[in-house]
Amino acid sequence: MSGGRETRRVEPVALFDRAGVSLGGRPVLRGVDLSLAPGEVVGISGPNGSGKTTLIRTAATLTSPDHGSVTVLGRDSRDRDLLTTRRSIGLIGHSPGLIGELTLGENLDHVARLAGIERVRVGRALDVVGLSEVAGRRADASSFGMRRRVEIARLLLTKPRLLLLDEAASGLDEAARQLIDALVESVCARGGACIVASHDQAHLEGLCTRLASLSGGSLEEATA
Amino acid sequence: MRFWQQALEIARVDLTVEQRVGSTLRITLPFAVVALIVFPLALGLQLGVVSAIGIGVYWALGILFGMQVALRQSATDSRDRRDLHTLLGVDPAARFAGRVISGGVLMIGFLLVLLGAMTVLFDPSLPEGVWPVLLLSTLLVAIGLTELATLAGEVTSGLSNRTVLASLIVAPLALPLIIGASQSVGALERDTSILPWILLLIASDLALAVAGVGLAQPLEEATR
Repeated sequence: MSGGRETRRVEPVALFDRAGVSLGGRPVLRGVDLSLAPGEVVGISGPNGSGKTTLIRTAATLTSPDHGSVTVLGRDSRDRDLLTTRRSIGLIGHSPGLIGELTLGENLDHVARLAGIERVRVGRALDVVGLSEVAGRRADASSFGMRRRVEIARLLLTKPRLLLLDEAASGLDEAARQLIDALVESVCARGGACIVASHDQAHLEGLCTRLASLSGGSLEEATA
Repeated sequence: MRFWQQALEIARVDLTVEQRVGSTLRITLPFAVVALIVFPLALGLQLGVVSAIGIGVYWALGILFGMQVALRQSATDSRDRRDLHTLLGVDPAARFAGRVISGGVLMIGFLLVLLGAMTVLFDPSLPEGVWPVLLLSTLLVAIGLTELATLAGEVTSGLSNRTVLASLIVAPLALPLIIGASQSVGALERDTSILPWILLLIASDLALAVAGVGLAQPLEEATR
């Protein structure tokens, strides 16, 4: 140890560097610059069609940028082998991505088996989100809120370092919103970061450390 | 090890969903048997003709309806489900293997029931020692057709009208399977070696397996 002043560069959890994305030949994101430090929660607002979902999917490495670059957890999103990196990304999209023919509990069990997570944690996660009593109900016979809670439970199991929420809280009751807020807090406490896209400005202001807005695919910081 | 755990989990869930939805058992299989019945009815009392065409009709209907069984998964494969697998770090090759396992199980069951129904309805005139060859070629056709359909499903992933497009890919590429299967029985009738035809089926299955596993990752990335 030198004893001198040591400056350590903190690697961003996600970094957009003039990233542009086109879908079907139409530019959706234009020159987006965004850096997420550990512990940060960035709220993205913007009208329908402004590119919020595309930005979230690009951060999730599910869509590749045509221009610029996106680095997630130290890896370029265009790298070929992102299996390990992707395990550290959690996404809640517009619609709950559950298998309708399975029960709520089976959906979570499926996630645990695929991700190599101890199945004893499935029961605990169901408890936390308040679904233990209805775990045997088929997903396609469950309410939107219940299916959304399964997604929250999934992220409790997988413990992502980058959490991406795309209108995740819309249509949820207050208790479920609090679960999402708690999930965001736990990700940040572990040194992760979050991007939250929403039309609910009040929710974003209460939850996020930084706000930005998308308009016509361009991102603009709103507050510091 | 994780590869096979993921593959078997995907196969397990596919078969669970099929057990609950029953599209193969309740829709495709009865319709295929009805199609089998049409031939003897159309040919009337020409029992000799009915008996002679039995095996040919079995392979023709087996391939045609088998394509529907094999393509079932690609029709139900939603973007949300693919995204979930991607973010859980599921190896695309393991997903291909899992789908081939579940599809193969269904296809083998489907073809065996169809074979039984054909035997009862057509009373086919079969050469001596045909059953082991028939069962072996049925097994190899089931595996090859499932591999081909799963691969076609991956190639057409994300495209509109993907079910139709996948069928158009599968139909011509299934020709080596049809030829190998029909000629292996034909070789017995002609008292010639069945080996070239069985080897054609095995080579087709292996080539499709290698293509499916090898192309899984590039195809996954190409759709991003």
